[in-house]
Amino acid sequence: MFRVSLLSLRNLALASVALLVGGFALVFFYAPNDADQGFIQKIFYLHVPLALCALGGFIAAAVHAIRHLRSGDPVHDARAYVSIHISIIFGLAVLVTGSIWARASWGKWWVWDEPTLVSFLIVFLLYATYYPLRFAIEDRDRQARYASVFAITAGAFVPLNFIAVRMAESLVHPRTFATAEGGMPGEMWLTFAVAIAGMALLWVTLVRFELMAKSARARISRVRRALDAEAPSAAPSRIAPAVPSRAGAG
Amino acid sequence: MVSQVASVHGEPGAVASRPAPAAVRAAGLGRSYGEVVALRDVSFELAAGATLCVLGPNGSGKTTLVRILATLLRPSQGSVEVLGAELPRRAWRARGRIGLVGHEPLLYRDLTVGENLAFHARLHGVDRGGERIGELLAAVRMERRAGEPVRNLSAGMAQRVAVCRAVLHRPDLLLLDEPRSHLDPQAAGLVEPLIGAGAGATRVLVSHDPGWALAESERALVLAAGGTVAYQGPASGVSPGDARAAYEGSRP
Amino acid sequence: MSAFRVILAKDLRVELRTLQSVPAMALFALTAFVLFRFGLDRESLDGSLAAGVILATVLFAAILAVNRLFVAEREEGGFDAIRLAPVDPAALFAAKAVALVAYLVVLEAIALPAFGFLFLDDWAGLLPLAGVLLLADAGIAAVGVLVSAIGVHSRARELIVPLLLLPLLVPVMIAAAGAAEPLLAAGGPDYDGVGRWIAMLALYDAVFLAIGYAVYDFLLED
Repeated sequence: MFRVSLLSLRNLALASVALLVGGFALVFFYAPNDADQGFIQKIFYLHVPLALCALGGFIAAAVHAIRHLRSGDPVHDARAYVSIHISIIFGLAVLVTGSIWARASWGKWWVWDEPTLVSFLIVFLLYATYYPLRFAIEDRDRQARYASVFAITAGAFVPLNFIAVRMAESLVHPRTFATAEGGMPGEMWLTFAVAIAGMALLWVTLVRFELMAKSARARISRVRRALDAEAPSAAPSRIAPAVPSRAGAG
Repeated sequence: MVSQVASVHGEPGAVASRPAPAAVRAAGLGRSYGEVVALRDVSFELAAGATLCVLGPNGSGKTTLVRILATLLRPSQGSVEVLGAELPRRAWRARGRIGLVGHEPLLYRDLTVGENLAFHARLHGVDRGGERIGELLAAVRMERRAGEPVRNLSAGMAQRVAVCRAVLHRPDLLLLDEPRSHLDPQAAGLVEPLIGAGAGATRVLVSHDPGWALAESERALVLAAGGTVAYQGPASGVSPGDARAAYEGSRP
Repeated sequence: MSAFRVILAKDLRVELRTLQSVPAMALFALTAFVLFRFGLDRESLDGSLAAGVILATVLFAAILAVNRLFVAEREEGGFDAIRLAPVDPAALFAAKAVALVAYLVVLEAIALPAFGFLFLDDWAGLLPLAGVLLLADAGIAAVGVLVSAIGVHSRARELIVPLLLLPLLVPVMIAAAGAAEPLLAAGGPDYDGVGRWIAMLALYDAVFLAIGYAVYDFLLED
């Protein structure tokens, strides 16, 4: 994982920028306007990919957490931590874009009958407790372990939550993606596909970037500690996972 | 009285006549909490039926070592084997054969003495637990307090009950972390047959009183700041006096 | 198996002797009813309002019990005692979960009649509601034990526990309220459509009981 060379990270970043820019171009110039909602519907090309990537990220975090518990290797804890971090940021963007859409479509800043939005609010509230939880446990190993248990529990929670919220909507607002002819035309599918791909790459890029930054910071502080063995070093971040060097636990 | 208590632990002779593979073996044992190193490169061997005393100032890692041997804590480095079970993977094999007297009496304050001991007896699957509990309480002169909630006991009484709890299931290995704390000499004498050298179990004894501990033990391990200062066993040739001096010298 | 029974018996005995959870939950529920009466400015409730009031009350009362679930283990080194014994850590999880369900059932035995007395014109829906609540209790217990165990070693645990527990219980609220609403309808209980909410509750219970069983070891070790 930490063998990722700068070249590969740069490629990822370039690819995601390219796809996103391409995607936005498609959104504005290629995809047709939605029959019901008109131009504002185009925010969905942002909202839905963000949502899918955030959800995928939470599931990925749960998978990393499972691997962390099984192996005890803090690398997986670091990956889970960063995955949740980026997904929460994406989740915030989901709520903001959803709110903008609600305002533009319905005149209110929030609608309760959009199940994705409501589910996201709940999921966001849950994952936001990840940080106070880590902060509240002082022992590093235990902190990582409990955080992993949380990530697994929350990961299982996400689909259940979506099902429950969906069931609660007696009137599911039709999130239509249709032109006047009805159905979702090929242009919309393509734009969607590009937008999702771009957002997914962005997510992966951000996660890798943050992991590399953490790894570098950890290595620097390890070297610094080795150099001034007697001098007290600056306390490492209390809630970020301890990222090991490739050679093994410092 | 002595013969009555000897039957509580089985015949000491039977234990001594068996050949003695190491009951506890540690090699390069280490434990860290994040950046803090509590134990570093500790190695020793303890034969079955023998006693190891662990000495050292506060913060030297004695309690950490005891908790690792009790299978309550996972080692960070090195290997450790307790009663033939490699920790932490095979810890389940050793559980139920270890008795721990620690800093906490491990008793529920809202339950009575009898209820606490019955709980532990059932948890460990002790046969005829009621009889055994009665025997042990009588041995430490607490039988009349069996119906009293633990919260009403003095520290010394609670410690005596804790000792009963520790030996209830006839463990092969006794881990004694300052077992005489809160005990006056008379009470210490009462628990002696249960957890003393004559009890027949392999013992790891942590104490702040090096004189008494060394006299009881075949081996001594002196720790300071998580590392070994001295280890006296047949192989290393460090005399009890040297171990004591090292301990005195290592105190801050 | 018997370790589960031993630990459960111990927990129930301690609770009976100290009464540290159930009376507080019951008092809380009654006070909450009064708050709701004035907050909603309603003297009688039915349908979705009734469902919301009773469920919100039960969920918040559950927090009180969840906070206290591991107090004895935490303060008296009880974890060590149980871990030293040759018992499966899952026995501890199961025993605590069943104990929590027991506390909730006793709470409901007090709160449901009180609720009927204070707010309902028609008591016919209370018995089926009790059944729905039992299913909800299992889900509350599954996540409650997990969250409580996480809280044992945390600072500010009285804050962490509600913060973690309430979002996790949203699906329970949705499903239980969905089932309770027709049961408490003004004209008498209506059993139409309750089935799918029961199914949702059952699914939630199954998922979190399974997860709790799977991860519990990792919460217990040091």
